[in-house]
Amino acid sequence: MEAFTTHTGRAVPLRRSNVDTDQIIPAHWLKKVTRDGFEDGLFEAWRKDPEFVLNRPEREGATVLVAGPDFGTGSSREHAVWALQNYGFKAVISSRFADIFRGNSLKNGLLTVVLDQKTVDALWELTEADPTAEITVDLEAREVRAEGVNAPFELDENSRWRLLNGLDDISITLQNEADIAAYEATRPSFKPRTLTA
Amino acid sequence: MGRTLAEKVWDDHVVRRAEGEPDLLFIDLHLLHEVTSPQAFDGLRKNGRRVRRLDLTIATEDHNTPTLDIDKPIADPVSRVQLETLRKNCAEFGVRLHPLGDVEQGVVHVVGPQLGLTQPGMTVVCGDSHTSTHGAFGGLAFGIGTSQVEHVLATQTLPMARPKTMAITVNGELPEGVTAKDLILAIIAKIGTGGGQGYVLEYRGEAIEKLSMEARMTICNMSIEAGARAGMIAPDETTFAYLEGRPHAPKGEDWDAAVAYWKTLKSDDDAEFDAEVVIEASELSPFVTWGTNPGQGAPLSASVPDPASYEDASERLAAEKALEYMGLEAGQPLRSIKVDTVFVGSCTNGRIEDLRAAADVIKGRKVADGVRMLVVPGSARVGLQAVSEGLDVVFKEAGAEWRHAGCSMCLGMNPDQLAPGERSASTSNRNFEGRQGKGGRTHLVSPQVAAATAVLGHLASPADLAAADDRTPAGV
Repeated sequence: MEAFTTHTGRAVPLRRSNVDTDQIIPAHWLKKVTRDGFEDGLFEAWRKDPEFVLNRPEREGATVLVAGPDFGTGSSREHAVWALQNYGFKAVISSRFADIFRGNSLKNGLLTVVLDQKTVDALWELTEADPTAEITVDLEAREVRAEGVNAPFELDENSRWRLLNGLDDISITLQNEADIAAYEATRPSFKPRTLTA
Repeated sequence: MGRTLAEKVWDDHVVRRAEGEPDLLFIDLHLLHEVTSPQAFDGLRKNGRRVRRLDLTIATEDHNTPTLDIDKPIADPVSRVQLETLRKNCAEFGVRLHPLGDVEQGVVHVVGPQLGLTQPGMTVVCGDSHTSTHGAFGGLAFGIGTSQVEHVLATQTLPMARPKTMAITVNGELPEGVTAKDLILAIIAKIGTGGGQGYVLEYRGEAIEKLSMEARMTICNMSIEAGARAGMIAPDETTFAYLEGRPHAPKGEDWDAAVAYWKTLKSDDDAEFDAEVVIEASELSPFVTWGTNPGQGAPLSASVPDPASYEDASERLAAEKALEYMGLEAGQPLRSIKVDTVFVGSCTNGRIEDLRAAADVIKGRKVADGVRMLVVPGSARVGLQAVSEGLDVVFKEAGAEWRHAGCSMCLGMNPDQLAPGERSASTSNRNFEGRQGKGGRTHLVSPQVAAATAVLGHLASPADLAAADDRTPAGV
């Protein structure tokens, strides 16, 4: 995973709540067997509308998505995270994320930042009025900064440490091999197995 | 202080606990399908890792599989590659696979319980959000992303932060004609699509205890639509009776030991939940959705709500956008909504009891002119069972299409899709924009409402069918 320390970029204000993962990346894109090449599928249905915010020329190259509450609901598809990253997003800000989407994002180095709706409103107003306005998402200081906005955010220390260092979960877990083996030795015999010995 | 069911199952699976770290949980069963696994297997290959516990891993094909002509090569080349990739990966790593055409193939969440692999007190994961289904047996079951699929393949564990617990107590009895689907849709409408975020839901109370295992699976299946990663129901005699004799259920002394353990799996009387919601079952009636998220639902007897009636600005905007997308007017009676397609199937309502319920309603009747009805069993075994009971004939005689098992029109990854502007009554779990096909409009309903809707051509309950019969003069 790519490490995330701090990022500054222009924003895409997305004034929608309940943006589900079917909107972020429709199911027919999920037939791909790679982790890349999903950028054209991002918000595919909405992008057919030339006025959709992502299609506006002034949003080209923006890297911070500022979305409404309950972003990423629905399916567990990690493709939603890959699509956002493939498109160029480095961070997503919302007042509330769906659990699975949030977990997926943090495992891929896409920083999902929870801010209260008032701050999200302020960021929407700022970036709608001035598309060149930049937002800084600073994971080291755990704060989001923009003109008129200086908002601390919470992220558990373990997730933050993994992100700051770009650490791979599997390698960390495998360091606990002895614990896993010890646990396995205590499992009751009635637990089912998919393969018969 | 006592512990909740979720806490007991959690505690029994902690491999490692350390200050400032998420708990490392052992995973008892890992279910795989073609869509969310290819990149995980690639990761294993890249790092020279193996599957740690092949004996706790099983794969099937469901999302992409066609429901017609399953003996022919898959027409869509991209779907074909994805299925072939799963087959190659399972062969290379040694994972048990039930491919299309196999008698154990089907929607992954129908297959696990049917084989008896899903049991009380287990941790079950799958790269699919509807893994919550398996919590109906009193285990912790949650959907995971592909990075976590790779993690479980490599380590048989997952680092997870301990969730909060929410009790959803359903008092009393469900009225006649009100199903588990109506109940869960009503729960989601009450707590909202974000109401369960961060929680494991435990459904309990008299109405839940009276539900069959399959109905309990319908309830737990849709926990994710309330934002909860998992939903669970304490195991009881209904659970044990369902499991006994299934291929992977414990046998002999193991059965006795298992049941003794399973009986301990309930929330203690003095356990404290972080939140509690109480529902009175007697107040419920058939429930359908009118909008584009599963929380936008109402009793079938109600009308499409007026967005202006919402106090919350973002809910109001969401309702406005939903009505625009759905092509509905505020104040329109839900019963007046005409549909083009009826879909009976999915991991929510594709089990044998669901097919029986739909068949019971439609038996001797005809699907309305201009309406297409698809009946897709949740698994090949469910299909065989239905055929042995003659349900396929009932559906076909009514004018419905009887198909092969798979996810099908729940998400339209195979050819079963809505055309732009088409409207469906669907027994599936998501009414998101374009979920069943680009521009398609979805109303979530129970199997009974789906069948009645197919006959009348507009959203309707079986009671409406009886009323329509009464209005028809004898002999006509």
